[in-house]
Amino acid sequence: MNILSRRVLPRSKPLTVIAVTVIAIWLLVALLAPVLAPGDPLSQDGTPFTAPSGAHWFGTDELGRDVLSRVIYGARLSLPLALLLVVLSALIGGTLGALAGFLRGPVDGVLMRICDLLFAFPGIVLAMVVAATLGPGITNAVLALVLISWPWYARIVRGLVVSLGEAEYVTARRLLGASTWRALLDDVLPNIVGPILVLATLDLGGAVLLLSGLSFLGLGAQAPVAEWGSMVSHGTEYFQHWWLGLFPGLAIFTVVLAFNFVGDALRDVFDPHTGRAHG
Amino acid sequence: MSVLSIADLHVDYRRRGRPTVQAVAGVSLSVEKGQILGLVGESGCGKSTLARAAVGLVAPSAGTVEFDGSPTTRLSRGTRPAHLLGLQMVFQNPYASLNPRRRVGAQIADGVGARSRTKVRADDPRVAAVLELVGLPTSAAGRYPHEFSGGQRQRLAIARVLAAEPSAVVLDEPLSSLDASAQAQIASLLVELKDKLSLAILLISHDLSVVRQVADVLAVMYLGRVVEVGPTEQIWSDPRHPYTQALIGAVPQPDGLGTLPTALPGEVPDPARPPSGCRFHPRCPEAIARCSVEQPDLTVLVPSGRKLGTSIDTPIGTARSAACWLRIDTEAR
Ligand SMILES: Nc1ncnc2c1ncn2[C@@H]1O[C@H](COP(=O)(O)OP(=O)(O)OP(=O)(O)O)[C@@H](O)[C@H]1O
Ligand code: SF4
Ligand SMILES: [Mg+2]
Repeated sequence: MNILSRRVLPRSKPLTVIAVTVIAIWLLVALLAPVLAPGDPLSQDGTPFTAPSGAHWFGTDELGRDVLSRVIYGARLSLPLALLLVVLSALIGGTLGALAGFLRGPVDGVLMRICDLLFAFPGIVLAMVVAATLGPGITNAVLALVLISWPWYARIVRGLVVSLGEAEYVTARRLLGASTWRALLDDVLPNIVGPILVLATLDLGGAVLLLSGLSFLGLGAQAPVAEWGSMVSHGTEYFQHWWLGLFPGLAIFTVVLAFNFVGDALRDVFDPHTGRAHG
Repeated sequence: MSVLSIADLHVDYRRRGRPTVQAVAGVSLSVEKGQILGLVGESGCGKSTLARAAVGLVAPSAGTVEFDGSPTTRLSRGTRPAHLLGLQMVFQNPYASLNPRRRVGAQIADGVGARSRTKVRADDPRVAAVLELVGLPTSAAGRYPHEFSGGQRQRLAIARVLAAEPSAVVLDEPLSSLDASAQAQIASLLVELKDKLSLAILLISHDLSVVRQVADVLAVMYLGRVVEVGPTEQIWSDPRHPYTQALIGAVPQPDGLGTLPTALPGEVPDPARPPSGCRFHPRCPEAIARCSVEQPDLTVLVPSGRKLGTSIDTPIGTARSAACWLRIDTEAR
């Protein structure tokens, strides 16, 4: 990531630095959850509804479980699953989009119509229907969300393959006898990686939110698993015990915001107008 | 024998719901070994379309392009056939024709390996040799395109093409994005390469004053058609077509940085609705009745004014020719 150190860090804004730090902290929290968590996220040996205190920094929930421990363990679920969701969507959507942009013709037509179809539904409703059909559970929630997420990648990658495929340097290469595949691999794909990385980073925040959303609706993580969305969902049932929903809510908020800031910073790096293309 | 010969080429852009654009409407040209043919004309007259059709990037709607005696094919999804690899093109914008994310050496190596269809390493001595040929240090190979100026990039684009050992190169306005000194340098580089490598060069430009200095033969294009062809100095000193006369009249003397005529009345017509008869007639100061009815063909002329007979229809190369009723009536043989 030589390009990152050369181009982002020297002129990065404080906000970007904070966002990167927040993400790094959350990754550490997820990694070191057993060490960091004061207790077992599932053990019910506290007094229910204890307000935040020295013993329980984030209080306890309706079953007497330590909210801090649950938030910490929640990172182990939300972050890898969000990553899995984004990687799967980007891989599936990216591959299909690249094929559509490369092959054009009927393959392209059919694929883009499928994308249009999926765009026409409100995504979360579709995901709910699919998740409900497959049965509640975090794996099915991820699958349902991949189904509504991949078309975004497909459309963007297709557009990039089509427009970059018409770049003069690709034409020049083809005139020198390179096959279309070679030109796609050498000249087009490397120029797509940047934009997709930006999109995926921005999308990571959205993925955390979507997964929490499905869990909130009872279609994602199932009790008693510690998951931020379902914790917020339970929290709303006990409104006077604000700490039940607030802390997992803050966790979601900080992660989503941090990914968005980092995504924006990455976009500046890969922006064709500020990038080295015209340097 | 001519290396590149274009005969009665037509290129139409068909678009749904709009009239067909006849971007190239019957052009015949040929370029010989060791010759630079300069093609000039105003913006939109079809120069790029002609260039792209010449190397097979757009399909002609009629007519033929022959390279080394065999007809060319359009570059499709498949790999370009080996016998066409000697016909190459250099694009107008050197910022767009090099991949910003690949080192220069690797991109020139694409050219070196083109004929043998092998993968050539960027540190191959042939890469260095071709860099030297275009006047760049061999250390350029390790750098990225953005580290070079526009003129240097155009040299790189030329180097990549030369690496494939072409016999004909089409250059579409290779000078227009460069500053004056880079223009002069690239122009003299082209002359040098033409002599050294016996290249057949089709050099497209809208700048008559630059082309005049390098082209052996000049072709003047107006609205999809070539209106005058001939040895550069002859055309320069004695233009026969009213459009060429206007073009040359508009070049500031002596040899300043010429631009295209503003002296001519009217706009360039829409190529989708070309004027009847001679396409130049609405703007021609010398138009006669016949001009708006019948289209004059490019016709070989004899030196000043002796009328020898009717027009002939041989493909036009370096012979002095014009497409104008005034000349055809009096000067054709
Ligand atoms: N892909 C296309 N579809 C439709 N019309 C086109 C297309 N490309 C070019 N044209 C039209 O064809 C005509 C000739 O265009 P062309 O680019 O060949 O001209 P040119 O002489 O190269 O002009 P310039 O000096 O501006 O580069 C113009 O009227 C242009 O608008
Ligand atoms: S043919 Fe007629 S209109 Fe055309 S250039 Fe000659 S005189 Fe002018
Ligand atoms: Mg052009």
